[in-house]
Amino acid sequence: MQKRAIFGGKSLPYLLLLPQLFVVAVFFYWPASQALWQSFLLQDAFGLNTSFVWFENYKELFEDTGYYRTMLTTAVFAIMVAGLSLSLALLLAVQADKSIKGASVYKTLLIWPYAVAPAVAGVLWIFMFQPSLGVVAQGIRAMGWNWNPLLNGNDALTLVVLASTWKQISYNFLFFLAGLQSIPRAVIEAAAIDGASPARRFWTIILPLLSPTIFFLVVVNIVYVFFDTFGIIDAMTQGGPSKATETLVYKVFFDGRLGGNLGSSAAQSVILMIMVVALTAVQFRFIERRVAY
Amino acid sequence: MVEHRGLGRVVPYIILTLGVAIVAFPVYLCFVGSTHPQEITANGQMPLTPGPIFFETYYKTLFVGSSGSTREPVATMLVNSFIMACTIALGKIAISIISAFAVVYFKFPLRMAAFWLIFITLMLPVEVRIYPTYKIAADLNLLDSYAGLTIPLIASATATLFFRQFFLTIPDELVEASKLDGAGPLRFFWDTVLPLSRTNIAALFVILFIYGWNQYLWPILITTRDDMQTIVIGIKKMIVTADALTEWNVVLATAMLAMLPPVMVVVLMQRWFVKGLVETEK
Repeated sequence: MQKRAIFGGKSLPYLLLLPQLFVVAVFFYWPASQALWQSFLLQDAFGLNTSFVWFENYKELFEDTGYYRTMLTTAVFAIMVAGLSLSLALLLAVQADKSIKGASVYKTLLIWPYAVAPAVAGVLWIFMFQPSLGVVAQGIRAMGWNWNPLLNGNDALTLVVLASTWKQISYNFLFFLAGLQSIPRAVIEAAAIDGASPARRFWTIILPLLSPTIFFLVVVNIVYVFFDTFGIIDAMTQGGPSKATETLVYKVFFDGRLGGNLGSSAAQSVILMIMVVALTAVQFRFIERRVAY
Repeated sequence: MVEHRGLGRVVPYIILTLGVAIVAFPVYLCFVGSTHPQEITANGQMPLTPGPIFFETYYKTLFVGSSGSTREPVATMLVNSFIMACTIALGKIAISIISAFAVVYFKFPLRMAAFWLIFITLMLPVEVRIYPTYKIAADLNLLDSYAGLTIPLIASATATLFFRQFFLTIPDELVEASKLDGAGPLRFFWDTVLPLSRTNIAALFVILFIYGWNQYLWPILITTRDDMQTIVIGIKKMIVTADALTEWNVVLATAMLAMLPPVMVVVLMQRWFVKGLVETEK
């Protein structure tokens, strides 16, 4: 973990670390501890009195069916985005991994959506699916389906899932392609000589050898849905209609807005922190395992 | 490769072309929409081919601003976004590379404690500490300033880890040689470590530039004045002002302009982009 050859110097290392530690202390640890502290406080309606209420905010949260609904929405959202974007990306990556002409051009044409801001992706998709003027929405409505993401919760969630998936395919594609390219050709060719069909080679050789990549991407996709879709949701639906597209992060933002319910918002923040710690732990245990592969 | 017979040969091309088309379609429609007058678009009668007012729309978007509101022209927002993205990217690189250098090349009390303090911030994204962070920024008088837009985001556990991993691969002989030549730590950093880190810095810059450009939650909290807005939050505010009055051509032109810089960075610096993305996630 450390070098054999190092430098002496008493204060220089501290000076070098100072800028980062300063930012981390002021803008990470202090606010995080404030969130923890606030989650134990209750403010009256006028913001005049604050009292220490122990776990009252948490208790209220876990008695609120709305909170469970938001958890469920987030879970459904994560499963759909991860499932859709992983399978589409895998399909494309497997094709791009074949010896075809112009593979690098296809690659370039598939990875750029990574650079599009989530909020801008939201604008692009709302423009296509806005019920009165969207080109795609008109097509859907012409087929007799009363598509209206502004009023119908399921339609809204579908739309947010589509926009989030669109943005995430490029990321998954890149990692799948890297994973596929690291599979030794000899293994696949040997199976082909033994008479294994392409489909059989995919299920029995390629997919198992790709499992570390898949596992890694599942975790990354969950984190993406939890945190990075905030911009997509805020630009498209603001969590509506009637909270159908509200994720846990969006609820933290919404409940604490304009000093609304800071205690509850802080308690939700703390719960999210615990979730991030858990997700990060899973991710790092996996990386340790992968070293052994 | 293995076998390629008959129809099977064209399947990859068909699937990939379809994939590219699906991925590009939303952006194509966005471009088309930005070249048609808003009345046509708002009635749902937009054709699928580009319209006549490309130059008018983009000129108006960049230098005049949308008419229904007091919004700043998009050129101002672009400047803000550029300043924010570059400051965040360069700032993160600068403070992370020196932190990693301190952790790897020195031995001092609390070395590991410092490393862990930085590392744990991975688990504290802005989203889990929204309002307390806002309050501190407000107390420090950072609202509506470039400092407020950038400094709170400038710590980076990922970049520090990335540089640390890389420094661990630099042979010890190089340190010993510099020491024999009488070079101190700063000299060694400047003459040896920094030049060796060039490609890593480039890779990280590409990723962090995109990260900074696409920031949304933090700028929305910290800016209240129109002239401090970044383009990514400006575009959202254009839509909110009364649905029927949304000037779609201006909104969509803004979307095109918001996508252009980061997408160009990915396309033109693809090698570094891929390296940065794949290696920082390890």
